Amino acid sequence: MEDEAEAMYERGWTDGLPVVPPTEARVLAMLEGTTRRPDEVVALLPPNLAECTVEKVAVNAVLAGCRPEYLPVVLAAVEAVCTDEFNMHGILATTMGVGPVLVVNGPIADRIGMNSGINALGHGNRANLTIGRALQLVVRNVGGGRPGEVDRATHGSPAKLSFCFAEDETGSPWTTLAEDRGFARDADVVTAFCGEAPRIVVDQKSRSADSLVRALAEGLRSAVSPRTVMGMDAMLVVSPEHVARFRDAGWDRARFMEELGGHLMVEADTILAGAGGIEEGVPEGFAGTTLPKFRPGGLLVVHAGGPAGLFSSVVGGWLNGPMGSEPTSREITP
Amino acid sequence: MNGTTLLDPTAETAPADRELTPRKASLDGLTVGLLDISKPRGDVFLDRLEENLGRRGASVLRFAKPTFTKPAPADLRHEIATTCDAVIEALAD
Repeated sequence: MEDEAEAMYERGWTDGLPVVPPTEARVLAMLEGTTRRPDEVVALLPPNLAECTVEKVAVNAVLAGCRPEYLPVVLAAVEAVCTDEFNMHGILATTMGVGPVLVVNGPIADRIGMNSGINALGHGNRANLTIGRALQLVVRNVGGGRPGEVDRATHGSPAKLSFCFAEDETGSPWTTLAEDRGFARDADVVTAFCGEAPRIVVDQKSRSADSLVRALAEGLRSAVSPRTVMGMDAMLVVSPEHVARFRDAGWDRARFMEELGGHLMVEADTILAGAGGIEEGVPEGFAGTTLPKFRPGGLLVVHAGGPAGLFSSVVGGWLNGPMGSEPTSREITP
Repeated sequence: MNGTTLLDPTAETAPADRELTPRKASLDGLTVGLLDISKPRGDVFLDRLEENLGRRGASVLRFAKPTFTKPAPADLRHEIATTCDAVIEALAD
């Protein structure tokens, strides 16, 4: 008698963690989470450019441990990453340890029990973890993108198992990420960003907005590498205690971005190829210039995290724009 | 598994079998495509290959992917397939 958990490992269906057996009953229940027809094609999944139906997404959502009400988010995430601009193929194949980072905005996040608070980027919440995992399992199982095969990441990252969270909208003095990207406040939206694992920027001493924005800029300057400018995006996840400094100072999102951008100008001479005895760097032709760390729109700012803790998190990106990956948002529909 | 049926999460497709082109006995008179994936210093490697191939009697056509982060466009693959007897694709860094 074959053990079903072992059988699923042997068939290569898992990411290394156990999965929920996709029985017919479970898949049918999962499909109740959407009004879309099971045979509707959602996307062509890289790297094999395999047709992926709603039903195949549902099977993988069961494997991942999703509840049916999460399925619309998974479907929208699959659509978002399977676009030429997001470039899931390249993100999968690259030797850099990056993957799709998902941010959910809108009322659906609370409705399905997503976490935007304590440990939002970490463990402990079923919706956050299983939605991100379901997307990666779809890529693995339907697209055929597996580590050591087309996935060539040198180190990979724990974030490639699942990296999905909700923005804390009600606790934020700012417009949301989705609003910033052109969606209505009450729209349900998933935004996919190609990123690495998050790392912390500590500032426990700043009491003024001006001091804190400088500290956050300094933390952001090393995103991916202090030597990369404009070519790589980043996401900044600002915590409630950090955002409070900006609320107190009356800074809205636009003011914050403007001030932050001002502190993210880099003297090219400090990062020229060869400067400081380091061969990596920008070409000699930029000598004497000042360069922005991020291209316009290349820094995504989200508000999330527990109520205590004077930390924000930086998620470094990957090659951006038409030559790499564009952050991509999709409205979540039933 | 007591008769439990699990639904297949994969695309349930299999790659088409394609024969490899037979290995060339000689480079003499061949047209060899050199495909630069557009990573830094890939051209350094391919320039050297072009010199060496020329000395061995092959003629060389150079191609480049628009970006190393995406698969080569179908038109580019078609052009290489129809104009070259062999192709060498260069990684870099």
